[in-house]
Amino acid sequence: MFDHLSIQLIAGQLLIGLINGSFYAMLSMGLAIIFGLMNVVNFAHGAQYMLGAFAALLLLNGLGVSYWAALVIAPVLVALIGLAIERIVLRPLADLDHLYGLLATYSVALIAEGVVRQRYGSSGLPYPNPLPGGINLGFMFLPWYRLWVVVLSLVVCLATWLLIERTRLGSYLRAATEKPQIVESFGINVPRLIALTYAFGAGLAGLGGVLAAPIYQVSPYMGSSIMIVIFAVVVIGGMGSIIGAILTGYLLGLMEAVTKLFYPEGANLVIFVIMIIVLIARPDGIFSRAESTR
Amino acid sequence: MSRDGAAPILAVTDLEGWYGDSKALHGMAFDVRAGEVVTLVGRNGAGKTTTLRAIMGIVAKRMGSVRFNGQELIGRRTYEIARQGIAYCPEERAIFSRLSVRENLLLPPILRPGGLDEAALFAAFPNLKSRAESTGTKLSGGEQQMLAIARILRTGSRFLLLDEPSEGLAPVIVKEIRDLILSLKGQGYTILLVEQNLNFARAVADRHIVVEHGRVVDRLTAAEFSTGAGRVASYLGV
Repeated sequence: MFDHLSIQLIAGQLLIGLINGSFYAMLSMGLAIIFGLMNVVNFAHGAQYMLGAFAALLLLNGLGVSYWAALVIAPVLVALIGLAIERIVLRPLADLDHLYGLLATYSVALIAEGVVRQRYGSSGLPYPNPLPGGINLGFMFLPWYRLWVVVLSLVVCLATWLLIERTRLGSYLRAATEKPQIVESFGINVPRLIALTYAFGAGLAGLGGVLAAPIYQVSPYMGSSIMIVIFAVVVIGGMGSIIGAILTGYLLGLMEAVTKLFYPEGANLVIFVIMIIVLIARPDGIFSRAESTR
Repeated sequence: MSRDGAAPILAVTDLEGWYGDSKALHGMAFDVRAGEVVTLVGRNGAGKTTTLRAIMGIVAKRMGSVRFNGQELIGRRTYEIARQGIAYCPEERAIFSRLSVRENLLLPPILRPGGLDEAALFAAFPNLKSRAESTGTKLSGGEQQMLAIARILRTGSRFLLLDEPSEGLAPVIVKEIRDLILSLKGQGYTILLVEQNLNFARAVADRHIVVEHGRVVDRLTAAEFSTGAGRVASYLGV
């Protein structure tokens, strides 16, 4: 039954799983941070990921900005867009039901997607690989760029987790997730904290987009296609759970890849099957606790 | 203006406040002088907690005037009010379940000179030091109350709003909280206290403001509060 499996095939699939997992982890982490603090299901997250990729492409084609510079500039640009979205769209809705935030960010996503599609068309645009070549491990060929994506994603996830769990700023965030008014009564500017958190989450999505640009085609739809999976990751990990989002992102990326080895037709479904099982068995998510932001 | 003519540190005038869609304060008016401990007493639902929250800017809507050290607080955000030098300890203590005792204690920034650093806080509250790495909500009710009060001392604010600090605590712990408030009073802190425990209120306060239906209906000195038991009881329905 499994005669077709070779070490090369297994390793290659696991690498793909790890790379997909890297994107799932980074994007779902940003989504979880935003949800944890603002209770906003940020449907614009996929659009922010797409904008990161387009920003890198436009910086390269328009201004000759290298990938390495775009890795910093594009997320900052997307974070600034996030700051504007928070101030103009989300802050006026802050006291209303969470559904309004969801609808508003969904509208923002559709607008961003529409504007980019109008300007650059719906077919994907290529972004050159900044790290061509790779290393032959004997049982597989490991492209440098894919290794870079996995390593950077791990570093970003770890650094973000440390920022939230081990720093003073992180303790403000965790506390504001629970009782924002009390945190504000200590003299902390919570509205600014919220705005910067949203911008940070958007910037993370933008960074994901820059990382994705050389691997996938840069397209207006690249965000919406990955967002469904990202939401599933966040639901499985536990809404608002940052460590849950990171671990679930990698695990589901790998699980998707392993399923592809044994039952390729089910690879696109496995995450959603797991989501339904988790929703039935543990509705708050695998990593949720009474307190959900760890 | 206060009874002895001294300029009040806090002057509340015609304060109206809403809790959600419901109007809970209907023209509260009172003042507090520096170094005083003043209680707001009244039945449940009278508007005492809402008054503290309205001073702090934690209500849906408020109107009227709240002047602190001559500065108008209406229209300012909660964090701006805190930076003026007012600290608030809510009724439910608001210990953060995702933070350790140490993180809870050190969460507020030192906003003003006189704010307590970690060493000073643990020296003043040694019980908390032995539990520093525990999750805040694993503490007993009395320890949580101590933590909630210790936490606001970190800011350096000298004007404290304390909402029912004795609520739900064993008598021996209530005595500790009472001694703490008397100690803070001795150190020159000004305290506006909401309290249902009349013995507690009597033990710590200089003056008492009786609140009914979101209005001040009487003002009692400590002596009047102690001797006029029938009058107090009629207000509080006890």
